[in-house]
Amino acid sequence: MALPDGTRERLSEIVARYPQPRSALLPMLHLVQAEEGYVTPDGLALCAEMLGLSTAEAAAVSSFYTMYQRRPAGEFHIGVCINPLCGILGGDAIWAALSEHLGIGHDEVTPDGKFSLERIECQAACTHAPVMTANWEYLDQMTVESAKGVVDKIRAGEPVQSTRGPVVRSFRDTERTVAGFDDGLADEGGGADALMLAGLNRAKELGQAAPEPKRG
Amino acid sequence: MALTPVITAHWDEPDSHTMAGYKRHAGYTGLSAALAKTPDEVIGIVKDSGLRGRGGAGFPTGLKWSFVPQGDGKPHYLVVNADESEPGACKDIPIMLANPHALVEGVLITAYAIRASHAFIYIRGEVPHAIRRVMAAVRDAYAAGYAGKNVLGSGFDIEIVVHSGAGAYICGEETALLDSLEGLRGQPRLKPPFPATAGLYAAPTVINNVETICNIPTIINNGVDWFRSFGTEKSPGFKVFAVSGHVNRPGIYEAPLGITMRELLEHAGGVREGREVKFWLPGGSSVPMLTAEHLDTPLTYEDIAAAGSMLGTGTPMVFDETTSVVRAVTGWLEFYKHESCGKCTPCREGTYWIVDVLKRFRAGKGTPEDLPKLEEICAQIFGRSFCALGDAAATPFPAAMKYFASEFADGTRAAANDLFDPVAATIFSGVAS
Repeated sequence: MALPDGTRERLSEIVARYPQPRSALLPMLHLVQAEEGYVTPDGLALCAEMLGLSTAEAAAVSSFYTMYQRRPAGEFHIGVCINPLCGILGGDAIWAALSEHLGIGHDEVTPDGKFSLERIECQAACTHAPVMTANWEYLDQMTVESAKGVVDKIRAGEPVQSTRGPVVRSFRDTERTVAGFDDGLADEGGGADALMLAGLNRAKELGQAAPEPKRG
Repeated sequence: MALTPVITAHWDEPDSHTMAGYKRHAGYTGLSAALAKTPDEVIGIVKDSGLRGRGGAGFPTGLKWSFVPQGDGKPHYLVVNADESEPGACKDIPIMLANPHALVEGVLITAYAIRASHAFIYIRGEVPHAIRRVMAAVRDAYAAGYAGKNVLGSGFDIEIVVHSGAGAYICGEETALLDSLEGLRGQPRLKPPFPATAGLYAAPTVINNVETICNIPTIINNGVDWFRSFGTEKSPGFKVFAVSGHVNRPGIYEAPLGITMRELLEHAGGVREGREVKFWLPGGSSVPMLTAEHLDTPLTYEDIAAAGSMLGTGTPMVFDETTSVVRAVTGWLEFYKHESCGKCTPCREGTYWIVDVLKRFRAGKGTPEDLPKLEEICAQIFGRSFCALGDAAATPFPAAMKYFASEFADGTRAAANDLFDPVAATIFSGVAS
């Protein structure tokens, strides 16, 4: 099956960002996922051809990284952090409940293609544990109920607001962003949240601040 | 010790991530000040500041920069390690969300100092919103004439590329990151040669952590004496600490290096009601755990090392007595097994075997003979791999044995989840406020 029109041009745009073409391979594979929903053989072959690599060389790279899907990801790729801190604070319970609620396990997709599920490792949000992601947007401080609520909302076609970012978009739309194409959503989600401000608010409460430099 | 917000000082302004928000508080004045100096003067200032890398290793930043050969006729590169993935570390992503222009300004000054005309910001792929915000900040810096050709009429040219990773903890290791940025599997390189002489595309390269880079504009603007008024002789400056776990107010707390964990814990509201600190890790799962007896240790590179651990990323994870040490350690080893890149046999095979044996303890089916076996496997990994992932994987078990050997003895007769009710350890179990 042919790749969507303009794919080659968009891949060329990525290559043009770098002093050496091969550096573009990772974002190119993200773009393939944006176009195709996963790293298709055709997409992989096109990346390889454009960079002067064999398909096997490109595949060796693609298979190394966990974000690249070998079969179609769900329209909403759900991650639950099970790394010990999140897992102990509730992530393990959320994982078990969500897996049962969706009827799929790790790296599996619901029959309707709506959801895929992944046990994810640390998402760099431990202050916000237990953490979940929907197409990699943060869903912080989750509970079993709120986690089920997220997928129920998605199923009902309702928008889901990430806790530090925009309304969750499709897997393919998000992959286009990750490939480095501006989606105009940088201002979404506003300023820092309460946990990111915990120290600043505490300092202000106590009248504490960094000393001013002596100018002279 | 008092909190001293510097990098986080204006995060309560809703537009702190924008050019306007950043410029309201002297944003990009450090760049102008740096461009008025020679690159060597800038390196000298950073050297004198004593700033140490905030990514985990704590290597002196100015010294690292000075290793880049000058006048060698080769292109130089600056690579920012924004691949924050260490379990427990969650400070660089908040910085990129709330303060991306500090990163961009730091990149510009650093690139000028090391005479690089190309900089890359390697952000892990799983944080699209951080990618958006850094991309927007870079775009706005170009539009304002801070990046691109002839920056502010100085003759300095700089291109900044925002690059996304694709899911691999190992790419936080600087040489694996370089391979990944070259479009390869992210596997570490043998050192030497060090990146300062043969890094990206085999050219001289500086790799710095996000938080490290964000310190640069403040040092240029406020001076060495001001910077050294924070912290200790060997650990000058302030730190963006991220406190997580069984605490009442987890979050970001910026304070001078040298604040104690007890003080930091008090700022974070203490451990949840009715509970006590059982163990804590000063900076990621790769550093040895400490216990309540170490709470008065100052959080500096040297004091935490003297206590038998490492400051690492400076992002303490705190666990109370509802937590099974066996469960936590097994989980971390499952992580290292999953993330081992497979290049070095001791790490690839050793993590597999450690997990296999630890799972027996977690299930209450360990044997007394398994304990020396685990110690031996850890000893076989430690120091025998190209990169620090192997050492990290060999760290949690011996550290846990030092303080909680009895829990492993219990693991020969009872499962971790029977000894420690996992429900009680969750934060929605009703124990927390």
